[in-house]
Amino acid sequence: MKKLTKIDIITRPGKLEELKEALNAIGVAGMTVSQVYGCGLQKGHKEVYRGQEYAINLVPKVKVETVICEIPVEKVLEVAQKVLKTGQIGDGKIFVYNVENAVRIRTGEEGDIAIIDQK
Amino acid sequence: MKKLWSTMLTTLMLVAMMVPVAFAADAEAATKIDSGDTAWVLVSAAMVFIMTPGLGFFYGGMVRSKNVLSTIMQSFFIVALISVEWVLFGYSLTFSGDVSGIIGNLDKAGLAGIGVTTILDNGTIPEFAFVAFQCMFAVITPALITGAFAERIKFSAFVVFSSLWAIFIYNPMAHWVWGGGWLAKLGALDFAGGLVIHILSGVSGLVFCLMVGKRRGYGKSPIIPHNIPMIVIGATLLWFGWFGFNAGSALGANGLAASAFIVSQIAAAGATVSWVVAEWIYNGKPTLFGAASGCIAGLVAITPAAGYVTPMPALIIGLVGGVVCYFSVAVVKAKLGYDDSLDAFGVHGVGGTWGAIATGLWATTSVNEAGADGLFYGNPDLVVTQLISVVTAWVFAIVGTFILVKLIGLFMQIRVDEADEVAGVDISGHGESAYGQSIVAGHPVIGGQDVNL
Repeated sequence: MKKLTKIDIITRPGKLEELKEALNAIGVAGMTVSQVYGCGLQKGHKEVYRGQEYAINLVPKVKVETVICEIPVEKVLEVAQKVLKTGQIGDGKIFVYNVENAVRIRTGEEGDIAIIDQK
Repeated sequence: MKKLWSTMLTTLMLVAMMVPVAFAADAEAATKIDSGDTAWVLVSAAMVFIMTPGLGFFYGGMVRSKNVLSTIMQSFFIVALISVEWVLFGYSLTFSGDVSGIIGNLDKAGLAGIGVTTILDNGTIPEFAFVAFQCMFAVITPALITGAFAERIKFSAFVVFSSLWAIFIYNPMAHWVWGGGWLAKLGALDFAGGLVIHILSGVSGLVFCLMVGKRRGYGKSPIIPHNIPMIVIGATLLWFGWFGFNAGSALGANGLAASAFIVSQIAAAGATVSWVVAEWIYNGKPTLFGAASGCIAGLVAITPAAGYVTPMPALIIGLVGGVVCYFSVAVVKAKLGYDDSLDAFGVHGVGGTWGAIATGLWATTSVNEAGADGLFYGNPDLVVTQLISVVTAWVFAIVGTFILVKLIGLFMQIRVDEADEVAGVDISGHGESAYGQSIVAGHPVIGGQDVNL
């Protein structure tokens, strides 16, 4: 069984479409996307309602989760950074994890075969 | 609780039995019903009706998504609650006869003696049209208070408070000003309800919110509106309905109604502009929420003056009203630190007070012979009368609400439990939630369904 790796990319919502296209182009077909709120170096912004100021320090982000085995991790990291990097605070983070196992629920297949797209 | 219900039911049945079927054959009245006047007042009543559900949206958008239903529920349910109160006792206590200038009598309880042919005293419309029109005023007044205690009150306490407040505070005050009571005799002017509606509800709201305490997390974590478009829908319905509110108060389709209509628009516009400009200068950005708040502030301010002032004073009333209300919610509230959740006091109490005083400045008999001349038309006495009526409304609202809240607190819980407040009053008080499965306000996810996209 080939090694399974999970990659989480948390970044600007406006970059999602570009990222999806770039990942698809190198063969990453499966992903899970969520709307998330987070903070890091980016400290959020102020909002004013009826003259009262509020600090909104959790900023809207998207999180793209994908598990890969055939495509090299470095390739994904390189493509993601190329697309997402603006050089400004708030570009986001990428986290890489080892995955123990995977199951394709429809067929019961386990391991790398569970996530490989057999055409 | 069971006992309470059975008592209420018995009372209701007794009242129903006592109500005569209808006094047919009312002797041919001297005055005749005017069809144009009647049509306008009926349409106005319907327009004022829509203000209260509209207020529900206005307030509903301002709260957090976990409390939007309970907030709208208060405004929606109160339409029914106070309508029942109104036909049973409220109308009679306000407009039937006069007991030593303080309150009306119970001769028209259950609308007894009013029939299809009954014409309003000194009017040209059926009394039923007046009953309906005034019913909507009685409804919206306690609804305005709900903005002060939003997001933390038990529904049962709200129902009891609103009912008692309508009977013991609204009905007497409306009688004093409109029903021939002592303020009317004194010569106080309140065309469509600056004193009776806005000062009374705004100040009562302030007292209630001080007594019940701040919302949990107030001043620590951001408590911000969850749906500004909803606020604007509400403000739009209020603005629309307000033409019925002010112009309908002429009780006829005539020049006075048209004058009240146009000065209402002028003041609303003036206040919208001035509020937005004030926040633009003060906070750096013009906001939609500010524009929606500004129009309400202007409409509140012109309400007592609508039938007595000419267009240019109306513009000043609006411009000043917008700025005054903006500073009362943006600066004064923050400085004093009370939690008037949705600014019932900051807009209605403050705007109403300004409007009542402004009526004393700019009222002129050239608009309305039944009115009086104000300070700028050579009659400083009117300002004094207006100030007396303003102080009366403030004192009555403060004392009355204080007593009512204390009294209710003796036999029932007013504020929700901490856990229920944290969970949100929608789910804890009503068992329903507004937006299906949402994680954060405004970001619903597709809930539990197999959706083929």
